[in-house]
Amino acid sequence: MSEPLLAVRDLHAWYGEGHALHGVNLDVYRGETVTLLGRNGVGKTTTLRAIMGLVRKREGSVFFNGSDLIGLPLHRVAHQGLGFVPEERGIFATLSVDENLVLPPVVAEGGMSVEEIFDLFPNLKERRNSPGTRLSGGEQQMLAIARILRTGVQMLLLDEPTEGLAPVIVQRIGELLATLKKRGMTILLVEQNFRFAARIADRFYLMEHGKVLEGFPVAELAAHTETLHEVLGV
Amino acid sequence: MTMIFGIPIQALLGQLLVGLINGSFYAMLSLGLAVIFGLLRIINFAHGALYMLGAFIGYLLLVHLGIGYLPALILVPLAVGVFGMAVERAALSRLYRLDPLYGLLFTFGMALVIEGVFRFYYGVSGNPYAVPSLLAGGTNLGFMFLPNYRGWVVVASLVVCIGTWLLIEKTRLGSYLRAATENPELVQAFGVNVPLLLTLTYGLGAALAGLAGILAAPVYQVSPLMGSDLIIVVFAVVVIGGMGSILGAIVTGYMLGLAEGLTKVFYPEASNLVVFVIMAIVLLLRPAGLFGRDA
Ligand SMILES: Nc1ncnc2c1ncn2[C@@H]1O[C@H](COP(=O)(O)OP(=O)(O)O)[C@@H](O)[C@H]1O
Ligand SMILES: [Mg+2]
Repeated sequence: MSEPLLAVRDLHAWYGEGHALHGVNLDVYRGETVTLLGRNGVGKTTTLRAIMGLVRKREGSVFFNGSDLIGLPLHRVAHQGLGFVPEERGIFATLSVDENLVLPPVVAEGGMSVEEIFDLFPNLKERRNSPGTRLSGGEQQMLAIARILRTGVQMLLLDEPTEGLAPVIVQRIGELLATLKKRGMTILLVEQNFRFAARIADRFYLMEHGKVLEGFPVAELAAHTETLHEVLGV
Repeated sequence: MTMIFGIPIQALLGQLLVGLINGSFYAMLSLGLAVIFGLLRIINFAHGALYMLGAFIGYLLLVHLGIGYLPALILVPLAVGVFGMAVERAALSRLYRLDPLYGLLFTFGMALVIEGVFRFYYGVSGNPYAVPSLLAGGTNLGFMFLPNYRGWVVVASLVVCIGTWLLIEKTRLGSYLRAATENPELVQAFGVNVPLLLTLTYGLGAALAGLAGILAAPVYQVSPLMGSDLIIVVFAVVVIGGMGSILGAIVTGYMLGLAEGLTKVFYPEASNLVVFVIMAIVLLLRPAGLFGRDA
């Protein structure tokens, strides 16, 4: 197999004195959708934030496209082709929907135009002049994903995009991710809902206590159901 | 003579004009303070010193190099802005991760040093800066006599305040600034050079203070103390308007200038106090300030 697009090696991270990641290893290949599973508090969000460089105290390596991101200033990371959709969505209250949408700078060609995005998300277009945080939770999640699609990044880090959303919206987000995948987007998804993730993911990683326990392809999901129920407590 | 509430209308309008002039400076200075506080979370105690620096650079340009008022209107904000950016890069940028108290102490110390240097060389007495000939004289408005320079100060400060407000509310750079005020890390993770944005923002705030300084030079005397005399009132303006609120800083600046002017007509003894009385009332009734968002 070719080189992974993203290769995380022995990644450690700390919050103050608290050691949150204890040597995370994972690979994501170009065009793949990989889902990170694990109970609350095991370090899934911290893994994504440490890959981006949002956790300051970290050690190890994060190879993206062959070069190590550790040591790059935070604002250079997106320009390498990595886009981030945070768990709390990060929609800005003092910016209109339009302004939220065009806030992240375009880092490469091949991103969607604002028109394409509005075709995909007609309700964002209707509300384009209202403050970003006036949108419903589902619309805010759509906006958080949409604004990254404009930037032309090669890979998305998505943190629990379906958390707290109604089933209809979850369905729509699933369709959206499937569309993105068809267009060749590489996705690292954090998700509690592995039935949702099973519809789009190629592979899974299971996390516990700040470490990645094991990885397996979607075909082996059935064989792992028991372990998953146990580890995830669902 | 026309009277209003037993006061000659000329006296009333005259004091309102003085209030409007003072308000123009309050607005420009509190605007810069609000912009800096919003993004950098630093209470810039050096703001008065930067205003004084602006007036002095204008004065020194004129006295030593013969460079007059009009070029100074460009050169002074540039110089003070560049000075501010250098200070931000060299010192303030190292303090962001520490307790906000360090930023406050640093800028307070910097104000003392800048004022101390000018006091050492120029003493405390004021130096006059002549009104530029282009704006000398006055205009009879029929109901009152308006010195042209004072009219110019009001217009210039309005243009500067509205321009800065448009820059922040309507441009792409402004949307970066507003977003980074809410969540600087996320904006930086999107690929925006937030450290540079912080430097430019402090530079902008400093440049606004410098511009206010050169505009003030022909109105007040150019003296090392002119900044510290003004800055206390300006801090009160920022508190009344709501810390970090751009529109609040502008509107409150003009309003308080006018309130001072009116007080001078009706109850002169209280004119120096009125701002602080208003501040106390606002803090009691609306602690986030008139335009502040409740945290
Ligand atoms: N900002 C923070 N400060 C201190 N500890 C944190 C912070 N964020 C997360 N943690 C801790 O780090 C661990 C991993 O958290 P997180 O990555 O958010 O888990 P997950 O996303 O898997 O639910 C938890 O023990 C959590 O309490
Ligand atoms: Mg999480």
